Amino acid sequence: MSSTTLHLNKILPKLTNPIDTKVDWIGLRRVREVTTYRIVRNEIPERNSTFLDEGVMVEVLVDGQFGYAGTADLSESGIQRAFQRACETTKASARRKVFSFTAAERPRAVGGFEGRRSKRLDTASVEEIVSTLIAAGSALKASDKIVSRLSQAILVQNEIEFVSSNGSHTKQEFDMVALDLQATAAEGTQSQTRTMNGWQAQTRQWGAEAIDRATLLREGERIGREALELLNAPNCPDERMDLILMPDQMFLQIHESIGHPLELDRILGDERNFAGWSFVQPKDFGTLQYGSKLMNVTFDPTQTGEAASYSFDDAGNPATREFLIKDGVLQRGLGSLESQRRSGLKGVANFRASSWNRAPIDRMANINLEPGTSSLHDMISGIERGIIMDANRSWSIDDYRNKFQFSCEYGRLIENGKITGVVRNPNYRGVTVDFWNRLAAVGRGDTVEMYGTPYCGKGEPSQIMRVGHASPPALFKGIEVFGGQS
Amino acid sequence: MSTKRDSISFLEGHFRGLTDAILSDVKPGEELAINLEAEDSTFLRFNANKVRQNTEVEQNTISFRLQVNGRTVDRSRVIGGDLDADKRGLKTMLEECRAEARALPADAHQVAMKDNGRSHAIFRGKLADAKTLVEDIAGAAEGSDLAGLYCGGSLVRANRNSRGQDHWFANETFFLDYSLYNGNRAAKGVLSDSAWNSEKWNVQLAKTKNQLALLSKPLVDVPKGKHRVFLGTGAMTEIMWLMGWGALSAGAWKQGRSPFKKLKEGERKLSPMFTMRENFALGFTPRFNAFGEVSPETVTLIENGEMRDLLTSSRSAKEYGLTSNHASEQESPRSCEILTGTLPEKDVLKELESGLYLSNLHYLNWSDPVNARITGMTRYACFWVEKGEIVGPIKDLRFDESLLDAFGPKLANLTSTAENDPSIDTYGVRSMGGRKTPGALINDFTFTL
Repeated sequence: MSSTTLHLNKILPKLTNPIDTKVDWIGLRRVREVTTYRIVRNEIPERNSTFLDEGVMVEVLVDGQFGYAGTADLSESGIQRAFQRACETTKASARRKVFSFTAAERPRAVGGFEGRRSKRLDTASVEEIVSTLIAAGSALKASDKIVSRLSQAILVQNEIEFVSSNGSHTKQEFDMVALDLQATAAEGTQSQTRTMNGWQAQTRQWGAEAIDRATLLREGERIGREALELLNAPNCPDERMDLILMPDQMFLQIHESIGHPLELDRILGDERNFAGWSFVQPKDFGTLQYGSKLMNVTFDPTQTGEAASYSFDDAGNPATREFLIKDGVLQRGLGSLESQRRSGLKGVANFRASSWNRAPIDRMANINLEPGTSSLHDMISGIERGIIMDANRSWSIDDYRNKFQFSCEYGRLIENGKITGVVRNPNYRGVTVDFWNRLAAVGRGDTVEMYGTPYCGKGEPSQIMRVGHASPPALFKGIEVFGGQS
Repeated sequence: MSTKRDSISFLEGHFRGLTDAILSDVKPGEELAINLEAEDSTFLRFNANKVRQNTEVEQNTISFRLQVNGRTVDRSRVIGGDLDADKRGLKTMLEECRAEARALPADAHQVAMKDNGRSHAIFRGKLADAKTLVEDIAGAAEGSDLAGLYCGGSLVRANRNSRGQDHWFANETFFLDYSLYNGNRAAKGVLSDSAWNSEKWNVQLAKTKNQLALLSKPLVDVPKGKHRVFLGTGAMTEIMWLMGWGALSAGAWKQGRSPFKKLKEGERKLSPMFTMRENFALGFTPRFNAFGEVSPETVTLIENGEMRDLLTSSRSAKEYGLTSNHASEQESPRSCEILTGTLPEKDVLKELESGLYLSNLHYLNWSDPVNARITGMTRYACFWVEKGEIVGPIKDLRFDESLLDAFGPKLANLTSTAENDPSIDTYGVRSMGGRKTPGALINDFTFTL
């Protein structure tokens, strides 16, 4: 889609203060994003849609309050009008502000970032992508009992440019692809769906090379076959047993029970009315034994190719890798410069907005479980009675991030150190800190897999965010496991 | 002087100018639908009864659906408001649609575009400026720990197509979605209207403060297991929201993904007390969908416990040989209601007798979709009740229960009054729509953690 030429650093000095109060800092953040959905169902094109979203978020600091106004009118007069709105509302809000900030929460930043891509998405052939998705859909048809076959690719080209009155100028570019294949097997009123590692879990920073025909055909055959297996499988048993979570479920476990509770804006109460609060207290940093000594978790936006890699967050804070949890002990939270200032706690570069029309808030980026020393074979062979669960199917956790219940697509029972069969509707539940302290083995480096989601929801007004989670498989001892209704 | 222009008037003229130009470019053999989704909003986010963030957003998105030679292409973009620049952008987008159509295979389920008529509705409101709002909201709640979001401004939905269809709907509304905290105990409320009135806010706030006061009693640790429950309207709307994830969709049913498959195919029935329908007379949203198709004013989905109809888009209707009720392409409810029962609100505690009064639920999801089993958490003002009296607030509990059971043999009654719940969804853009529901008294609701 056609691109707009916009010189933010020339517009910014021309903005005229419309209020009788000093504007202490100004930022302009332009976001341009082209998102294409290519969805094929039962070999018929279901959706070919492209959305060009482009606008500028004007950000001001007035009387210690940061405030925002977003506009898609990219003319100088349009940006001036947004500036005026931001100033007026911010001045009114500053009379009852949560905290008095300074420009120190917007450090000068200069630099750029380009996400990994071998082949730019804007050079990808529509025919080639759609024909590959059709072929992958055909591969899903393991039998006539596969009643629905879906293949889809979400292709995102994103640019974020940021300039500020204290000399920042950053430009970051990302190509992202989220892939999915789904087969639903049905007979009578029973049905089971198998996907490619869970709903759009194949979300990464990569280019058109992601749409690899041979890989998708191979995956399609496996997914179709496993959907049929599930249709005919017994229900997962209801009992307490050892549980191995594969990386495509670990990503959700990390996201919900580590990522969200460590967000400092949640701990500070900003999210209480919507996403919720957190069981983590400020005093827990440096002391809470969050999990067993095998648990090492990093915030790592420097990881090449993972869904949320970048050089600067939306406050201009440079991104660095940091340990959130080391040897099981909580080290630091997911908090931006604003949250760090408010709480006095250590944080990270995670002030991120979903687009030009939303203010930045504390978000996850890439939150990863660092590898351990076990092979998957070692984990399985040491289990007398247990289960392996693959690929997230559903998720639910309380507003303090304590009591969770997660459901997976594909279960495999382990008896006396061996896999003995497939079960359907595998679910498990637990309480966060107790669960992570049951961590008994972590897969070694060669078992790590990288997943992500485009749909992490949070904030008022609400925004979705892309986040990445890399993890090896992990073993948890004595977990409450259960299945579906017979 | 406010810098807000009259978005609705400006946009109506702008949209007409743009669409006149684009529709005149449509070639023989092509059909084009043009859709507008627009908002001009003020967001004020509160924590500790202070403003955490203030954001103004003006955004207008134009979408095209081009049908040509059996192919279907959708493209959309934001527009800035300059007529010439936006015309150029949209003409480029039309050319991009044509080029993409040449590269795509045929769409076997394409629904031929037609003229679905004309409509024009504008509902003006009387909203306050940020200065007034900040002082009214936080001033009234002085001394309270209030967290929440004020969101107000204009919303527009419009579409025209190359067959002559022409719809315009605009309103000016607000909502204030908030909770009051006492430590970690909280009570929730939503105030919504088309005109800001500080007196109404004071009355609403007082009710929530009263509810919060009830939470000051000692916590009751209720054991997991089966309990009689009363689900308040806030809890019921969460369940209705989850039903929108495939349970009521004709496409999901045909594709083997509907959690209400057993209900649709007659293997299970709900209680004869349970009736659910789309009802556009509730006024939450226009009857036309994103393609201008106009739904019947009511669509009965479940009647006296039996599935009557599913939300059926024209695309699903064509693919599966069904009759369309002009649902959205997502086939999710837009203006849904559950009909009332016979339980007077004043008798709820007495009829509950001993059990759990749950005002809200949180983070629902399907745990066993084939059996319509859902899991989720209790949240906000939830109480243990004995002998018809509130004993105290509870520690949060996780439930795991089949809707086929909860609204089937376990359903004891529904309240005789229902409450409106306008949508407060703001993901990316402010949404329209809403729900209306009574509360429900249910036996043996299953709690697991």
